[in-house]
Amino acid sequence: MRYAMAVDTRKCVGCSDCVVACQTENKVPIGFCRDWVVEVMDGTYPQLEMEIRSERCNHCENAPCVRCCPTGASHFVEGGIVMVEHSQCIGCGACIASCPYDARYPHPDGYVDKCTFCEHRIKNGLTPACTAVCPTKCLYFGDLDDPNSDVSVVLKKRKYKTLIPEAGTSPQLYFLI
Amino acid sequence: MVSRRDFIRISALGAGAIAVGAGAFKVVKALSSPEEVKKLVVDLRRTPTYCEVCFWKCAGWVYKTSEGKIWKIIGNDDDQHCNGRFCPRGTGGVGMYYDEDRLKTPLIRVEERGKQVFREATWDEALDLIAGKMKKLSADYGPETMALFTHGSGSTYFTTLLKAFGTANIAEPSYAQCRGPRDEAFMATFGEEAYSPEITDIRDTKCLVLIGSHIGENMHNGQVQEMSDAIDKGATIITVDPRFSTAAGKSKFWLPIKPSTDIALLLAWIHEIIYNEYYDRKYVEKYCMGFDQLKAYVSEFTPEWAYAITTIKPDLIRKTAKEMADASPAVIVHPGRHVTWYGDDTQRIRAVAILNALLGSWGRRGGFYRPSKFALPASAIPAFKAPAKSWQDLFPGKYPLASSPVSNALIDASVPENNPAYPIKGWFVNGTNLIFTIPNQANTLKAIQNLELLVVVDTMPMEITGWADVVLPECTYLERYDTLRAAPHRKPAIALRMPATEPLYDTKSDYTIARDLSKKLNLADYFPFEKQEEMLDAQLKKAGSSLEEMQRIGVKTFEREADDLYFSDNEDVEFSTDSGKIELFSAYFEGAGFDPIPKYTPHEEPTEGYYRLIYGRAPMHTFSRTANNPNLTDLMDENTVWINPMVAKEWGLKPDQYIWLKNQNDIISDFPIKVRVTERIRWDSVYMVHGFGHAEKKLKRCFGRGVSDTQLITNVLVDPIMGGTGMRSNFVTFVTEKTEEEAAL
Repeated sequence: MRYAMAVDTRKCVGCSDCVVACQTENKVPIGFCRDWVVEVMDGTYPQLEMEIRSERCNHCENAPCVRCCPTGASHFVEGGIVMVEHSQCIGCGACIASCPYDARYPHPDGYVDKCTFCEHRIKNGLTPACTAVCPTKCLYFGDLDDPNSDVSVVLKKRKYKTLIPEAGTSPQLYFLI
Repeated sequence: MVSRRDFIRISALGAGAIAVGAGAFKVVKALSSPEEVKKLVVDLRRTPTYCEVCFWKCAGWVYKTSEGKIWKIIGNDDDQHCNGRFCPRGTGGVGMYYDEDRLKTPLIRVEERGKQVFREATWDEALDLIAGKMKKLSADYGPETMALFTHGSGSTYFTTLLKAFGTANIAEPSYAQCRGPRDEAFMATFGEEAYSPEITDIRDTKCLVLIGSHIGENMHNGQVQEMSDAIDKGATIITVDPRFSTAAGKSKFWLPIKPSTDIALLLAWIHEIIYNEYYDRKYVEKYCMGFDQLKAYVSEFTPEWAYAITTIKPDLIRKTAKEMADASPAVIVHPGRHVTWYGDDTQRIRAVAILNALLGSWGRRGGFYRPSKFALPASAIPAFKAPAKSWQDLFPGKYPLASSPVSNALIDASVPENNPAYPIKGWFVNGTNLIFTIPNQANTLKAIQNLELLVVVDTMPMEITGWADVVLPECTYLERYDTLRAAPHRKPAIALRMPATEPLYDTKSDYTIARDLSKKLNLADYFPFEKQEEMLDAQLKKAGSSLEEMQRIGVKTFEREADDLYFSDNEDVEFSTDSGKIELFSAYFEGAGFDPIPKYTPHEEPTEGYYRLIYGRAPMHTFSRTANNPNLTDLMDENTVWINPMVAKEWGLKPDQYIWLKNQNDIISDFPIKVRVTERIRWDSVYMVHGFGHAEKKLKRCFGRGVSDTQLITNVLVDPIMGGTGMRSNFVTFVTEKTEEEAAL
């Protein structure tokens, strides 16, 4: 099993619903977020292009955050999801520094927090909160080992890219272009 | 929580090792079957609601934590407005409940040591005071002296109350400050309005044309969802906007038009579609009248003519006209929603309606569908006495074709110098922050100074509350019942809102407020149910459901009576216009002294050093009402002024620098605004999101954050047809430092 997410940049309108749905679902304190939206502009008026991306932890196969964690708090679980065991995290911040995607933040309660692909929801057959709420249905989640999963199907159909592939982390967040 | 045992450690081994590791994964828990998931989701701790953060009114579920605290709001899968997906504002609706700056108790304006202050009051005191003053006003001036300004779900009860009191001066700013021109233009053309939610069949369209409409930034949920579906299906989007909007970024064609010239473009498109015989001939012959007059009228309006006005190249006008024609009838020239721009807005939307008629999209799949609405059985209340004086009597002959009361006319009638036929002396304001809603703030404040009673009902200490004699704190939608939602859609449906929790603080629902006030005005017969849930249950039983059933399902969707979502082939359709046809030529307009076919009129342009102020929406905010919502402020806590890089360079403006804006009437913004240097805006305009720059200190989170566009909109172009307030003819310049004199203002 290999969980992954695809983000359709052609449909995303950057509304940030993924952000607020994640914040309420996961009780992320106000002022912090586990996912965010990026807008990239190119060109000169009126020859313009824009890409909008909903971003979050890439749940890398080769995750520097897991490697550098001194206590083992950062770890993998089933499906390759990178998790943080709050009780084992000492808040040293090594993982924050190591992440090429800046996906982690220091939770005010003293540990480091980040996207979990809503592991508590997917265990119960639901999709992550961001995916479930997205009004444009631009987020596709599922198991790459299952050829019929939403994410497998859309990655077969469409061209995609990953972010900072040169970091060699083998990210599992795919951007449809 | 995952047990330690499930941890899998890998070192820097690379992808090959992962495959090995993958085999060692332990199954944490078998995935549940869909049935089990459904059971899991049908949680006793959830209650149905429909959203009140905007007018789209999506139905959803409020979930509470095991401690009984409101946790999250999730869309109802069975709801056509949202299809199980709330927008950011709906998701962040919890913040309306938790906002610690909420109004907490009734307030009465009193004088203390020569200074006016609010003192906390009991509900009884506050309502007694209001009832007493209303009775006195009625005795002195007649009951028509009371006006109601209202928005949202509370409208129903306060409208009933004020009508029972004897006034029909009841205005929703959503008419004259927003969609009114569209309604009148579509009524005049098709005999029917575009409704809310709009009846645009975007999910099945092949071509969507947006004229200044920024779907995706305006988060009209179902519409955003359908635009996304249309993108998936490969539909063409054509966006006309001086700004590279989000929708423009998704468009095959973006027409970066010179602001205020849209009618010229529309006329050129009409010209192209007629003279190239792109139009739906069979449809036009069967359903439309006035084609020959239209054809003769637009003969000169070539793409070359329009190019000189709009700056859109003739080739692009031709190409896009062809694109629409190729998609016809599955094409939508979107009617827009906030369309009060230049004072000739009804005519601009008439041109939009005419274009749709020529393309045969009205009543067709992928164009405009025929809505169906559930007919709710009404509860028996006494008939309202017709008021002796109507709002039209205030200024006879003004805005002759307005089908709804014009808010700005009621405000003008509150200023004695304007010589209204009778005075408006009392305002009841619910769910609308008039200071931010109505342009020309000085006029609104002058009107307020002439009032003998101003009552404001709101959840938040919005600016308008600061001018009130009495402030009544309503609870949020999460803490109350409301009338059933029965909006037009593809299928008739009803949705229930019920309280997820008891009202916080000393707040009450709008129903309770109106009912209690009705007792003090001797109008209790109009509110025959002590509790709203009793009224709802009686109503639902008559409709073949019950309160109990609706509490369980939230939304009930019915089948249409007939299979008539679209016109059938050759169907005889009687349109509700004077001629019974779609009117390309409007004798109705001509009879009232207006152009029967839209005319392009040049508008004022910015002088040197000034830029046209364009405003719009951000997807995470609604009007000015969400600026203090903790969840939504977290997503966006101030607006920025978008400035083209060439202009920024000329002025030496740097990104993220704070500046003030000054308009053509030397009004300087109260607060500074952050500069966003971006290619996304034309060099002759600046852009900002509406709803920021709050000046009420009690709104602690948003006070002084950004600039209020409304403050800078002092030049108002009123639509003579229906009274709409055109707000896009204001020009601003940049002020990098305030002089002492300016700072003192």
